[in-house]
Amino acid sequence: MSVPATLRENVVLPAVQERPILVALAGQPNVGKSTLFNLLTGLHQHVGNWPGKTVERKEGYFTFNGASYRLVDLPGTYSLTANSPEELIAREFILRERPDVVVAVVDAATLERSLYLVAELLSLPAPVVVALNMMDVARQEGIQVEPEVLQAALGVPVVPMSATRGVGVQELLETVERMARADLPYAPRLPQIRPDHQEVLEVIGEQIAGYVPEPYPRDWVALKLLEGDPEITRMMRGALPPERWEEVHAVLRAHDDAQVAVASGRYEWIGRMVRAAVTRPRIGQIGLTERLDRWATHPFWGLVILAGILGVVFWLTYTMGAPLQGLLETYLVGTLADGVRGLLSGAPTWFSGILADGIIGGAGAVLTFLPILVIFFAAMAFLEDVGYMARAAYVMDGFMHLIGLHGKSFLPLFLGFGCNVPAILGTRVIESRRARLLTILLAPMVPCTARMAVIVFLAPAFFGPAAPLVAWGLVLLSLGTLALAGMALNRTLFQGRRSAFIMELPLYHLPNGRTIGLSVWQRSWAFVRKAGTVILIVSIVIWALSYLPGGDTESSYLAQLGKLLEPVGRLMGLDWRLTVALLSSFIAKENSIATLGVLFHASEEGLANLLAATYPLATALAFLVVQVLFIPCVATVAAIRQETGSWRWTVFSIGLSLLISLLAGMVTFQIAARV
Amino acid sequence: MTGEPDPRPLNSAVPLNTLRAGESGTIAEIYGGHHLRSRMLTLGLTPGAGVTVLQNYGHGPLIVRVRDTRVALGRGEAEKVFVRREA
Repeated sequence: MSVPATLRENVVLPAVQERPILVALAGQPNVGKSTLFNLLTGLHQHVGNWPGKTVERKEGYFTFNGASYRLVDLPGTYSLTANSPEELIAREFILRERPDVVVAVVDAATLERSLYLVAELLSLPAPVVVALNMMDVARQEGIQVEPEVLQAALGVPVVPMSATRGVGVQELLETVERMARADLPYAPRLPQIRPDHQEVLEVIGEQIAGYVPEPYPRDWVALKLLEGDPEITRMMRGALPPERWEEVHAVLRAHDDAQVAVASGRYEWIGRMVRAAVTRPRIGQIGLTERLDRWATHPFWGLVILAGILGVVFWLTYTMGAPLQGLLETYLVGTLADGVRGLLSGAPTWFSGILADGIIGGAGAVLTFLPILVIFFAAMAFLEDVGYMARAAYVMDGFMHLIGLHGKSFLPLFLGFGCNVPAILGTRVIESRRARLLTILLAPMVPCTARMAVIVFLAPAFFGPAAPLVAWGLVLLSLGTLALAGMALNRTLFQGRRSAFIMELPLYHLPNGRTIGLSVWQRSWAFVRKAGTVILIVSIVIWALSYLPGGDTESSYLAQLGKLLEPVGRLMGLDWRLTVALLSSFIAKENSIATLGVLFHASEEGLANLLAATYPLATALAFLVVQVLFIPCVATVAAIRQETGSWRWTVFSIGLSLLISLLAGMVTFQIAARV
Repeated sequence: MTGEPDPRPLNSAVPLNTLRAGESGTIAEIYGGHHLRSRMLTLGLTPGAGVTVLQNYGHGPLIVRVRDTRVALGRGEAEKVFVRREA
């Protein structure tokens, strides 16, 4: 630091008093970092994106002993080598923002592996407090960790805790407070590179001295160069004069095994820490995780269990969600719309129409999907939190290979059952660009809750007791389409090497209600915001188009557009109203019902029966088939554009869905009409 | 090992995927590109580390235990990790 600390504080004294203490929360995946973050900040948190990146950024505030704190949740990463955007974000934040304290969350049950990130954090210029989390899980697995011994060995404060049980949080905050006031001894023992490479490290350090840009520490840059870190290598190639870079590059080339030496050095350092502080379990003792995994990761039983779990998730979603949805429709939306109509009986027809049918009918219908979404999000968050999701990826690896992907793509695709947007954002867990792009193209073929809600709404009226069978058939049809499309794309556009499949299988642990609750709240709120804006506007526009120019739906602009496209619709047995409903589903899938409601001047309850009386079964079936395979909604398209960074792939994705859905619709109608 | 030619094939080192469930070994060498190696090293698969194969059905991915962590590893990735079998 170039300015003496005292001077600096004098200059900015008023701001220092105002400014909350900046704490960064770092940790590997599956160490309970989010649980701790949620515990500390509760609802005082803001979820956004890191600037210019598609990585989620969570930030929150809390107060402790009268001081206010700003807590920034760094992305969960195994290391700080620039293998992924997450790793880059985490280290750039610490280097540039210089947090007052970095809380490094480690998992007591997998201490060796989770200390690896600590080994990297200690060489950055910010004080580290180690939160030794999951003490309860470690005990359950038969592992005893002694925090005081670990603290003495590391030379930095270590606080034992269990975030899921709320144990040790008070002590952690006290330690953070004292650390922020520089009121604690802090003498970290830094890991050393393996001795055979110590000399090379020094040589490189001297070669780059004076050329390292701010705010990077020289020794750290030298180490990252030896590790072959792509970002730092690029940066130094630009910063060094060409001759000097040639010298450095020659040294690096002569030591291309240094990557292993650096990592081994860190693990040797960890080994010393752990040997002192950890008592191993007795040999032959089998932990809970191992016992459960005998079934959950078995090539046959694992699939049976996965199928069972998915079945229960859907069963819960529809048996609990559908009645709730019905209640909301009847009592909230129906009552409100009738009330408005009654109140405005003297007002012009268009005015009560736009309020009752356009706004309340449209947006209200969307809100009634909320129970289904909440239940689905809760089930997903639960499975994620207990540690099951990685097992699902593992057992699905074989199937995913058939479509040119591996197990990791299963998670985002499965999220697609909730909503395609998080599915596409979720593909960020996939490292290779090829696998990621393919997953993004396939994700919209997973039938999302909104599409399923349309099916659940229409199928009973048309198919009676066979409705669940039809719904199940439509899900299978989508997944079959996904598999075929994956195989076809894999053999044509996406030929090439498959990316690496390496992932941690975390220990199972008890779910945390708070973590699940917050996850559900955040995802549901994001949906409501969308419903509250885009869908509301569209409801009004559709209503206006169906009312103008003459106030009569049959001759409205919307009808004219539908009639223009009717020749295409006819091939699938669809009249102009169903064609318009399909078009409006581009804005949001659930709009097809809202649109039909407007076109038929019917309430939600009456609509299904009215439709059943209007259309033959073949038309209904074809409509459901097209609607479940139709082009993704506008939010999904936006996500595809954002994540692929390419309009070409976005248009390709839309074209592919359009082609498949129209073909499938025609085939369905032509066959069903003849049966 | 600096300056020596590619040590493959090591006499007693075998690819990790040839170990059966329950067998253990010590990692001798990790092959593969820089990126793949980096990810394996980070997860604790470093030369000298002990690994135990927890699941290997002869097809599909493996589960190994390394440094108290259970890691799922594709078959192709496991082929790049050479281990010396323990008795």
